[in-house]
Amino acid sequence: MSSEAHTSAEYIKHHLQNLTYGHLQNGTWGIAHTPEEAKAMGFWALNLDTFLMSLLLGTIIMFVFHRAAKSISTGTPSGLQNFCEWAIEFIDTSVRGSFTAKNDMIAPLALTIFFWVFAMNLMDLLPVDYVPMLMHELGVPFFKVVPSTDPNATFGMAIGVFLLVLYYSIKMKGLGGFAGELTLQPFGKWGMPVNLLLEGVNLIAKPISLALRLFGNMYAGEMIFILIALMGGAWAGATLGGATLYGSQILLSLGWAIFHILIVTLQAFIFMTLTVVYMDMAHQEHH
Amino acid sequence: MNINATLLAQTIMFALFVWFCMKFVWPPIMAALEQRKKHIADGLADAERAKHDLELASKRSAELLREAKEKVSEIVASGEKRASEIVETAKTQAKVEGDRIIAGAKAEIDQEVFRAKEQLRTQVSAIALAGASKILGREIDAKAHSDLLDKLVAEIK
Repeated sequence: MSSEAHTSAEYIKHHLQNLTYGHLQNGTWGIAHTPEEAKAMGFWALNLDTFLMSLLLGTIIMFVFHRAAKSISTGTPSGLQNFCEWAIEFIDTSVRGSFTAKNDMIAPLALTIFFWVFAMNLMDLLPVDYVPMLMHELGVPFFKVVPSTDPNATFGMAIGVFLLVLYYSIKMKGLGGFAGELTLQPFGKWGMPVNLLLEGVNLIAKPISLALRLFGNMYAGEMIFILIALMGGAWAGATLGGATLYGSQILLSLGWAIFHILIVTLQAFIFMTLTVVYMDMAHQEHH
Repeated sequence: MNINATLLAQTIMFALFVWFCMKFVWPPIMAALEQRKKHIADGLADAERAKHDLELASKRSAELLREAKEKVSEIVASGEKRASEIVETAKTQAKVEGDRIIAGAKAEIDQEVFRAKEQLRTQVSAIALAGASKILGREIDAKAHSDLLDKLVAEIK
């Protein structure tokens, strides 16, 4: 628990606050020290923790894969190469299963999404207090270590996917074809406004569901970790009740962490699979 | 938990990572995988072909063996035939030779007999002459009676 946070509410709030860099109200650029300051920065601010963590994790993943790719041999694979080949084959199989058109970008896209999201989610398994405490010692007021609990990260990716969906829809079907798909079904051309409403919702739902599913799962998971941590931390004392709570915190966080390993992987896989499916739909004439 | 410019940064970062992956990660690994797949497939095909070849070779060797056996029995048969032929010729030759020898011997015997007869006749004629001269009491002129004697000798013969 951070020494600044005295009550449970403050503790939770502190843990859920991103490290935001932006235009402060006193007219200078800097880091927001309170959630209110961060909010007041408006749109043109950057969540440094989300940005740096996702950059770091993505870079590590790409570095590892790139190293394997550079030193790849066609003989008997070993170690890192083995892992990367397994990963690539796993992604390739998944993509082949749900993507029927031909596009060389989809598989690398799926690979990037799966491992990047997986790594970002995996940060959830770090003990909730360690990184914020360490950062506090370094003079950094907030640090949210799990980028996928920041809607900016999940929506950022979902928007990327959405742009690709738009791009390939127009590229494959032509602007007219895409517009027709949005307006001429399911009720024919006389039901155009209704069609547009239905298909528009259908289209917009894709990135929103992608982003919110990942964000919601990770946020809720993180929240439960925080609550479990709060249970032991807030009432820790020399009483029997305090000791019980402390013990149950250990057991609960262990249990939740083990369960969370599943969620972490599953959410990464779902994000990847849905992206591939959406891309496949963008490539199809009719759906 | 505010939506802010991080959104854009994340989208750009995402695009960069995807681009990097597409450019430098996926193709070399995939190419290596494909190549290995090809190697393995080739190896399996080679093995299959070798197996097929082996089958053919064993079939061929069996064929050769059979042919060789046939030839051997042929040779043996012709050898036997030849041997019996040789024996047959030898037998015929031996018979001819034997006959010749027998004929020679017979001729010799005939000659001997003839000679003996001749001798005997001479002796008989001498004995007859002697007997006759004894009976007549005088010498018989051999020259004068040679006709008679020859006749006698011819009769004895």
